Amino acid sequence: MLGKTAGGLFWMYRYFERAENTARLLEAGWRIALTRGEDDSNEWESVVATAGSAATYNAKYDTYDSANVVNFLLRDKDNPSSVMSSIEAARSNARLVRTALSSEVWEATNECWMALKEALTRPVSDRNLYDTLSAIRFRTSVVRGALHGTMLRNDIFSFSRLGTFLERADNTARILDVKYYVLLPSAAFVGSKMDNVQWEVILRSVSAEQSYRWLNGGDTTPMGIADFLLLDRRMPRSLAFCYANIGEQLEALAREYGERHECHALADRMCNRLNSATIQSVFEEGLHEFLTESISCTSMLAGLIESDFSFYE
Amino acid sequence: MVESPNTFDEMLRAIDDPRTPYDAYYKWFSQENVKDLMRKSQQAEDFFRKIGITFNVYGQEEAQERLIPFDIVPRIIAAREWKQLERGIEQRVRAINAFLHDIYHRQEIIRAGRVPKELIATNEAYLPEMIGVNPPGGVYTHIVGTDLVRTGENEFFVLEDNARTPSGVSYMLENRETMLQMFPELFPKLKVRPVSSYPQLLRRSLANCAPDGTQGKPTVAVLTPGIHNSAYFEHAFLADQMGAELVEAHDLRVENGKVAMRTTQGYQAIDVLYRRVDDEYLDPLTFNPESMLGVPGIMDVYRAGGITIANAPGTGIADDKALYSYMPDIVEFYTGERAILKNVPTYRCSEDDSLKYVLENLAELVVKEVHGSGGYGMLVGPAASRKELSEFEKKLRARPSNYIAQPTLALSTVPILTKAGLAPRHVDLRPFVLVSPNKIDIVPGGLTRVALKKGSLVVNSSQGGGTKDTWVLGD
Repeated sequence: MLGKTAGGLFWMYRYFERAENTARLLEAGWRIALTRGEDDSNEWESVVATAGSAATYNAKYDTYDSANVVNFLLRDKDNPSSVMSSIEAARSNARLVRTALSSEVWEATNECWMALKEALTRPVSDRNLYDTLSAIRFRTSVVRGALHGTMLRNDIFSFSRLGTFLERADNTARILDVKYYVLLPSAAFVGSKMDNVQWEVILRSVSAEQSYRWLNGGDTTPMGIADFLLLDRRMPRSLAFCYANIGEQLEALAREYGERHECHALADRMCNRLNSATIQSVFEEGLHEFLTESISCTSMLAGLIESDFSFYE
Repeated sequence: MVESPNTFDEMLRAIDDPRTPYDAYYKWFSQENVKDLMRKSQQAEDFFRKIGITFNVYGQEEAQERLIPFDIVPRIIAAREWKQLERGIEQRVRAINAFLHDIYHRQEIIRAGRVPKELIATNEAYLPEMIGVNPPGGVYTHIVGTDLVRTGENEFFVLEDNARTPSGVSYMLENRETMLQMFPELFPKLKVRPVSSYPQLLRRSLANCAPDGTQGKPTVAVLTPGIHNSAYFEHAFLADQMGAELVEAHDLRVENGKVAMRTTQGYQAIDVLYRRVDDEYLDPLTFNPESMLGVPGIMDVYRAGGITIANAPGTGIADDKALYSYMPDIVEFYTGERAILKNVPTYRCSEDDSLKYVLENLAELVVKEVHGSGGYGMLVGPAASRKELSEFEKKLRARPSNYIAQPTLALSTVPILTKAGLAPRHVDLRPFVLVSPNKIDIVPGGLTRVALKKGSLVVNSSQGGGTKDTWVLGD
């Protein structure tokens, strides 16, 4: 496979994952804002921070109000992580690697782009936000479904999945890091209304409030949430789950190509670290430190994959 | 412009009187409801949009990805007509390859005085770098798209030979795919010959031209200028259909005397490069040093026989408009036969007498730039305003050798579907020809381009033209 093609697949799926994550984050923020009433600017600020777009946002707006944030995250061309920018980038990568995609994946991608371009031509009103977010979820799900249903399980599939899980690992770690202070033991005087809300945002932004409750019987503790998002391998957006998949896909590439690279070594280290950690050890080491290191390892790993498989010249 | 009564309509001899090839189709059409068919048209458009068959228009930011309009009424060619075209095209393409070999070697045709020396020597499309080079398998034009127009029952003319990198074949294939989905019942009934083997034929034809000494199955790649190129869809489509890699210049480099592509497992040598990049951008070391689209050193590899480039560099001299008027001589010179397909009478404005005639009759002629393509920079006299005519006259006087002129042909029409039913529009035809060392393949069909505007003679997609599916009937 061409190095460029591997890179295109990797980024195509990173951008799809990013679009989904941004939409999910927006939905979480939106729910909180609805229940909050008066001043929701803190919430919106942390939503923008979690999306990793604070600098771009601040360059454009002075205050965090819902209309601006929603518009910024959904359809602002100046925001490279907005849903529309991500979908544009995903499709443009898909065009680049079209020969590697099944026609179903390509058509799903193209239709996703056409539908969202249409839905996001104009600012989305409060009344239409829910439908728009559903449409984003639906469209990106079809692309994922086509991938699973129609693509060969070879290096094409591996690079696609690597893109998805690296983006997701990065996203989950960032969500936790922006909110890590509400999960610290000192904040554990459970029951304060504010913290309940914060925890809910965290769970909602990874679409896991239901599954968490189901597994934990309503016992919501900061440590429980952190454990769920970091180490629980049943949870498809947890760091441990993401890394297990990253490891699996890199192994598949090593088998197919008969060669191991630096990225394999780093991924192994990360997997071992997540396998041997307990949530107690994470908190002893320091949650923030743990998260910061994870984020930087994930970004380093992306860089290694890029050079080990010759994405660029 | 008023429809001339002399215009040959390929479907109807007169109102409700279809010609033989269209008999069965017309009967079917007459029983259909125009409204339903219009809905089918819309479906076809949605289908094209969904699979992303778009082209980019240069210099139009907003309409960056546009669809070429598709008309659902097929253009039908009888078996007998096709056989004649096939023979004519094959003869012409053989002559073109012999001509190219000759002018890059002994130049017998110039010695024989059949083509003026300066026309070659001073022509930008003639590449001195190709002198004495022997392309693998002796093939220069691996792919040719011969543009034909028709003016009567048996009157076909070659308008252009397109021997560089002809485009449009993906439309031939996708148009057919769309028609098969929408009107499956018509195909067996009319015995329409399939075109779907084109990508396999292309792959085989290219592989057969691989350099001597190629080990095992030749590695074929398609070179595209990139995703912003107007024909990117086609490049990706063909690579996909052939199972070949789609590469850009920055994926390639020269390594150990071969051109190699960067893969996830290091560099891998390419044997045959189907390039969709113009000659001048191919190798910045040999041609345009500014080119970002080319591969430095590829011409050295080529000259040493390490790679097949399709089409060969320098083939543009064969479809140059200044040479066009010599084509009947060229065919005769190399095949010893008279040309089966006619040339459109052509005035070379570089010649004083011709220029005088052209200037006096500008309003009746079509004037083209010698090196132009895509319908840009041409004048259609009968459709031009007085102001346009006088502006063009100035250009013509300033650089006469830059132009040729031809009479305005009464191009045949084939009806398109409109809300009011069938309406005649002018068409041309581009069949696609594949050349390998021992064989010339012409897929029974081609791209029919249609001028959607009533009376218009300009069929180019960049100028508002559309396309039709082309049905060649079996015996």
